[in-house]
Amino acid sequence: MPQDTGPATEPGTEPATEPGTPADAPKSVPVGTASGTGLGKREWLRLEAKADQLRRLTLDTTYWAGAGHIGGGMSVLDILTVIYHKHLNYKLDDPVWPDRDRVILSKGHAGIAYAPLLCDLGWNDPALLKTFNLTNSPMGMHLDAAKVVGVDASTGSLGHGLPIAAGTALAARVQGKDWWVYCVTGDGELNEGSCWEAFMAIAHYQLDHVITIVDRNKFMIDGATEEVMALGALADKLRAFGLNVIEAPGHSLPDLSAAIDAAKSHAGQPTAIIADTVKGAGIDFMEGDYVWHYGALDEAMHKRAQASLERYYGARRARAEAEGV
Amino acid sequence: MAGGLVYTAVDSTELSTAEYYGKALVELGEQHPDVVALTADLGKSTKIGEFMKRFPERFFNLGIAEQDMFGVAAGMARAGLVPFVSTFAQFASLRAGDQLSTDICYQNANVKVIATHAGTSFGQAGSTHHAISDLGVARSLPNLRVVVPADSFETVNAIRLAYDAPGPFYIRINRGFDHLLYPSSDYGFELGRAVTLHEGTDITVIACGSCAYQALTAAQFLKQADGLSVRVINMHTIKPLDADAVAQAVGETRRIVTVEDHNVIGGLGSAVAEAVAATGKGCAFKRLGIADHFAPIGLHEDILSIEGIDSNGIISAVREVMGADFEEDENWEDEV
Repeated sequence: MPQDTGPATEPGTEPATEPGTPADAPKSVPVGTASGTGLGKREWLRLEAKADQLRRLTLDTTYWAGAGHIGGGMSVLDILTVIYHKHLNYKLDDPVWPDRDRVILSKGHAGIAYAPLLCDLGWNDPALLKTFNLTNSPMGMHLDAAKVVGVDASTGSLGHGLPIAAGTALAARVQGKDWWVYCVTGDGELNEGSCWEAFMAIAHYQLDHVITIVDRNKFMIDGATEEVMALGALADKLRAFGLNVIEAPGHSLPDLSAAIDAAKSHAGQPTAIIADTVKGAGIDFMEGDYVWHYGALDEAMHKRAQASLERYYGARRARAEAEGV
Repeated sequence: MAGGLVYTAVDSTELSTAEYYGKALVELGEQHPDVVALTADLGKSTKIGEFMKRFPERFFNLGIAEQDMFGVAAGMARAGLVPFVSTFAQFASLRAGDQLSTDICYQNANVKVIATHAGTSFGQAGSTHHAISDLGVARSLPNLRVVVPADSFETVNAIRLAYDAPGPFYIRINRGFDHLLYPSSDYGFELGRAVTLHEGTDITVIACGSCAYQALTAAQFLKQADGLSVRVINMHTIKPLDADAVAQAVGETRRIVTVEDHNVIGGLGSAVAEAVAATGKGCAFKRLGIADHFAPIGLHEDILSIEGIDSNGIISAVREVMGADFEEDENWEDEV
């Protein structure tokens, strides 16, 4: 994780975070976590502020674009925030640094949330967000790695990210490198057989440097995942494929961070984190309503959503103030 | 007709085309530490077993999971390796076609797809294992270079070239043995530059893969039997196509027959037809290939004969096109 601004961080030189304490521990301890380090209060608040900023920017980008995949963008945003602003090893001044950790956003339609994050890092001009989806813009619904700095794989077609993540990790092995590969998938996406081909390979080759994070928002375009094509006992399925499975509340930053810590310390077996999320998280009239998989916002809705995000941030900050140490 | 599915060495003193590929890959592996080889449970069939023995840490069997294998290859390429990915052409182009397009071509990933068992060369396996649409798929994918070597030496050249030229390649080779067209691999192979196998002025046969040898045999026969001067072009690169060689054939012979072990729709014949049309000049023209149906089960040479893409079929087609009513003069001004 680099500083929000300022010089690039070298591996191992990032500022130490406050050690976790029992009071830090999330209310619902992630299954499979021996001892979550969680987040210290100051860092928790810092990440809450960053997540809030990115949620607002994602909302605005959706408004500017006229419409977007805001439901899945909001559900995955805390996951991306924790990856980029807490765990990922990269250099701000060299986004293609060969030894960087990689992020494969397999649910490529969350580009509406990913583009704001990659602009906020300074890698792309934030003014481009106002061109999102416009003809000839470098940025659109599904981000193109050749056009948007910081994108490690051009995704959009579902079921492609996990094989690419596996290949990225195998390449590290061949080249004697130890970078981490974060692969963020949707849950509906797991209907694709290629995901399971990849899970098989990730387990077979014991690619413990691939951390799969499933954004389990429980909805897909046509409705609830369990109604359209049931994933059923997803954790058990992943375990049966040979993965270490951690279930975590997907909008609790300390829980997500602890889950990633646990995945990293679990050597010899790849981990999948199932992040329990809410589609449209933070925007009251979108939460849990599958029609907001892809939706358009008029000015009134934009204002209402902004107000909702403000209340959401207030509540989350209050929790961090109350529970953080 | 032969019986069951039996792998037989036709001539144990020679290597099959795929075995030459295997040798060339080992050679590349020795020279370049970034070369890795991937297969989907077809390491034996695609003859990359030698690479596995020599470089086990750079050999990856992904199991019977072609989609995953192509995505894995794209990830490896983006992280700095040069993956050579081998599976049957039918699976490379269609089963994993989405990954070929999205992960490899769209990202311009430095992946070399070596598609084996091309056309009907795995004849007895039937239509599930015949690849008759792969060239149509492959040549319509942006960034992808498409090469169909006609013999073992051309295969070696194509493999070496693929390493040297960054970006994705689709190289289509046959199962089993190909007749050798060249005395050695040193004949000046260049990407996108067709090779004239037989000079001629009456008509041009443009062929690729298995059919190049068939065309050469037909030309030699027609010279003796009919006194015809048949130009034979081995169009080993389907994309980028050697449009100059096509234009030259239009201008100099005014009659063209294409022949390929592929559906007549979408492959070499279609590519040449586009180039002929682009010249804006008239030309008697016939495409030979599998006539938009699924070919029967059988020995490869039997299927070539049944589908009229062996030397006999080419001889008939050449005679037909020579008899076609078409101006032979050099005056283009009076063309309608």
